[in-house]
Amino acid sequence: MAEAQQARKPEEMLASDDFPPQSTINAEIAEIQSKFMAEKDSGVREELQTLYDFAPYRSSILRHPTKNPRLVDPEGIELWSPAYGQRDVSEIEADLTLQHAGEPLGQRMTIQGRILDGWGRPVPNQLVEVWQANAAGRYIHQRDQHPAPLDPNFTGAGRTITDANGWYKFTTIKPGAYPWRNHQNAWRPAHIHFSIFGSKFTQRLVTQVYFPGDPLFALDPIYNSIPDQKDRDRLVATYDHDLTAPEFSLGFRWDIVLTGKHATWFEPEDDH
Amino acid sequence: MTVITKELPEGDKYLRGTPGQTIGPFFKFGLEYADGPYVVPPYSPGAVHISGIVRDGKGFAIPDALVEIWGALPDGTPNSERGSLHRDGHRFTGFGRSATDDEGRFFFWTREPGATEAGKAPFFAVLLFARGLPNKLHTRIYLPDDEEALRADPFLASLTAEERATLIARRNEDGSLSHDLWMQGEKETVFLAY
Repeated sequence: MAEAQQARKPEEMLASDDFPPQSTINAEIAEIQSKFMAEKDSGVREELQTLYDFAPYRSSILRHPTKNPRLVDPEGIELWSPAYGQRDVSEIEADLTLQHAGEPLGQRMTIQGRILDGWGRPVPNQLVEVWQANAAGRYIHQRDQHPAPLDPNFTGAGRTITDANGWYKFTTIKPGAYPWRNHQNAWRPAHIHFSIFGSKFTQRLVTQVYFPGDPLFALDPIYNSIPDQKDRDRLVATYDHDLTAPEFSLGFRWDIVLTGKHATWFEPEDDH
Repeated sequence: MTVITKELPEGDKYLRGTPGQTIGPFFKFGLEYADGPYVVPPYSPGAVHISGIVRDGKGFAIPDALVEIWGALPDGTPNSERGSLHRDGHRFTGFGRSATDDEGRFFFWTREPGATEAGKAPFFAVLLFARGLPNKLHTRIYLPDDEEALRADPFLASLTAEERATLIARRNEDGSLSHDLWMQGEKETVFLAY
């Protein structure tokens, strides 16, 4: 048990024990996803969008529950959410390019969209937090030590409060792909981490948004911990030329739906 | 990607949610803030210290987890005060956030919630995130003192004694609360889906 063995340093835990080649990871992903989709099609599997038990993501092996979650009715405080307001976050915090004396390097971009609940109602006055790597794929976090440059003009963290209609918008730099040690030659597709509060605590969401057409999608165990392609597509922002500012920034659109429940759902009619 | 611009009436079609992803290894610079664990000032009147260790399937402490708690007011009323990001030392918002340290420990200074409904035992709503955990996990931390309320609580009564034990904090001699979160294994915490 824990007391008998010496725990490793946090830095040493970032590499997987077996450090397999990409081909092994690909085969594992394909097997799990095809099994999931077959079970889903035959109706035997309970609806789950992100698999907790997903060994291709090696550090999940000891970090996922092995028992089924208890299905409960949310009660009391779970039906509420911490309160935020327009004055809790200053406007400049939504612009990740303005946090230092100089301009960060990389492709300037905006990402914006609406946060809705399962009924399509906007989620107003709620906190949205983001964090990301810089244009070279390097995080400012001290435990990211891979040899890509830090940018003295880019931290990569921001936050905002949704407006009365559930809109959010960030201005930032397009993040680079990020190498990690899940397996040999492992690279994460470019992504921005999002943390979002809903109208109820059960709707709380932490996720990642990706960019269209990334060649690393098929190789990434984290993106593929979502077994259904239709669900994975929900994490890919749309390039929207109307949101692109001339000679200034590329525009991306990403809407977010917070349901807080596993169960019954329908495809929106205009989803095809 | 669907862009929904119309409001759907209740009872109509329910939208598919956006899936969650792991919080990853480097969330601290994005999510941690100095006042996060200090829902109230330490040792202020009515303040309670609650702490614990997040452990993996081998019992090892997890140094890159994030724990959030959300509690009602001491009288059980839901909290609607703003100010969780910038604490003013007076308003009690009920929301706290604590990233585990290198020993896997999280902690909060907060106030103990009251029961929000008659016949239910009082608890903190809890969210757990970690590198290696593909999506969020919901659980609850119940206060240990009112054994009658714990026995009478319909949800707790539906669990085995071992399962129940994973949801009830321990009261220490100095009045503080301890509660470990086990992500896997024999002592695995009971996690919730709604």
